[in-house]
Amino acid sequence: MLSLSDIHTYYGKSHILHGVSLEVGPGEVVGLLGRNGVGKSTTLKSVVGLARPASGHVTFEGRDITGVAPHHLAGLGIAWVPEDRRIFKLLSVLENLRTGLDRAGVDDARREALLTKVYDAFPVLRERRNQAGGTLSGGEQQMLAIARAMMLEPKIILLDEPTEGLMPRMVSQIRDTIGVLHREGVAILLVEQNVPLTLEVSNRVYIMEKGVVRHQASAADLRADQSVIHQYLGV
Amino acid sequence: MSVGIPLEQIAVQTVNGLVNGMILALVASGLTLIFGIMDVVNFAHGDLVMLGGFVGATTMAATGNFWIALLVAAIVIAVIGAALQISTLRPLLGRDPLTTILATFGVSLVLQKYALWQWGPSARQLQEPITGRFDLFYLQYPWYRVATALLAGAIIGALWLFLKRGTYGIWIRATTQDRIMASAMGIPVPWVHTAVFAIGAAMAAASGVLFGPLGGVTQTMGADFTLRAFIVVVVGGMGNLGGSILASIFISLLEAYASLFVSPAQAVIVSFVALILTLLFRPTGLFVPTPK
Repeated sequence: MLSLSDIHTYYGKSHILHGVSLEVGPGEVVGLLGRNGVGKSTTLKSVVGLARPASGHVTFEGRDITGVAPHHLAGLGIAWVPEDRRIFKLLSVLENLRTGLDRAGVDDARREALLTKVYDAFPVLRERRNQAGGTLSGGEQQMLAIARAMMLEPKIILLDEPTEGLMPRMVSQIRDTIGVLHREGVAILLVEQNVPLTLEVSNRVYIMEKGVVRHQASAADLRADQSVIHQYLGV
Repeated sequence: MSVGIPLEQIAVQTVNGLVNGMILALVASGLTLIFGIMDVVNFAHGDLVMLGGFVGATTMAATGNFWIALLVAAIVIAVIGAALQISTLRPLLGRDPLTTILATFGVSLVLQKYALWQWGPSARQLQEPITGRFDLFYLQYPWYRVATALLAGAIIGALWLFLKRGTYGIWIRATTQDRIMASAMGIPVPWVHTAVFAIGAAMAAASGVLFGPLGGVTQTMGADFTLRAFIVVVVGGMGNLGGSILASIFISLLEAYASLFVSPAQAVIVSFVALILTLLFRPTGLFVPTPK
């Protein structure tokens, strides 16, 4: 469904991605592991049009989306949950959700259904719906960032380190949410530092090093034999 | 008063300051809205005021109705503003601020020369739509000036409601806070920028028409408006709408009171003093930040 082939991406003059290729099938949860600074976040940004690849192609459902403006990609069904969450701090929780909900073709019944769904998944967001996004705790902001992406009814969500800096209770809530999205058939490309979590929720895993994908395997194989993980991640 | 200024004069200058402050606030709100969302200081903003005044004067000559002139000027200048944004500012988005400042200076010169060519060098005076006066101590104070302040306040209030309620207000505030995340959520950011520029331009045009009966419309009036609006936008905090409105009233009152002691031309100096003191001691603006 989503396919990157031989992506080269630069920030200014620094060459970050040296030919990244990977695939995510429909409804598949794919993990992307690697140490800090190997280009995992840049890979996601190259998909959503925030870092334009200098060469290579990104295709989504058979359509070349390389260099397409970000606001068109949301409409195609690609949602991005960035590493730093990027909550609209001065907008209320509900207004944050409405940035994804107020789009053409969503009738009142569907709006209600979508809001009810995320409020049921994250009851704290219902409680705080009229509070400014910036007043939420780090964990609550992460919930809001994921809930906001769900408002787009995406076919794929690009999740960038969703559990970074969260308490264990919040981490398990994120794990449950990924499970729910997976059962609903939403594909997920998950960038994480948390190896056990990634191996648990993913179908397949790619391991990146220095701007390229070094290894790919099924999560089951990596769970059974973690030597590759040790080799590339040193954990 | 120890300095011997009669209380009546102070009261009159307070009313004058409030009226001038509300017109200035109308200009400055557009300027600060545009700065907040695009990081562009629009040095052609005063020329949109001027162009609005001329379009208003021409429409009024044709229709004889001030309110139709106000509406037509706002619509025409909104369209011109949108065209300017698409042709000049959109391609420069994200570049060095100096580039966009120079570009808006260029636009300012083009608009001034166009006005000179189209309407000539002489001033146009618009007929005030409300001619009544009321007693204010020793003065016969024109109702029109009071109506101007109220109307400017109503337009700013409408803008506030527009930003606070409804989808487009959410889009504008989200884009102001985080352009990249807004685009990732599917908000058409380039068109939000164009719409905001058009709204700011329409407000500038409305100021020009409202100011027409008070000070006349001349081809060179823009620079003065740009400068004064720029001062209040800095004093109020760049991009802070509430702060700009308060600063407009604050600066205008300051100038009005200063003109009790010195000539009005010299009274302008206090604005510059306020600007410099703000930049030195409160570079984020005099007033507490309000929600964008």
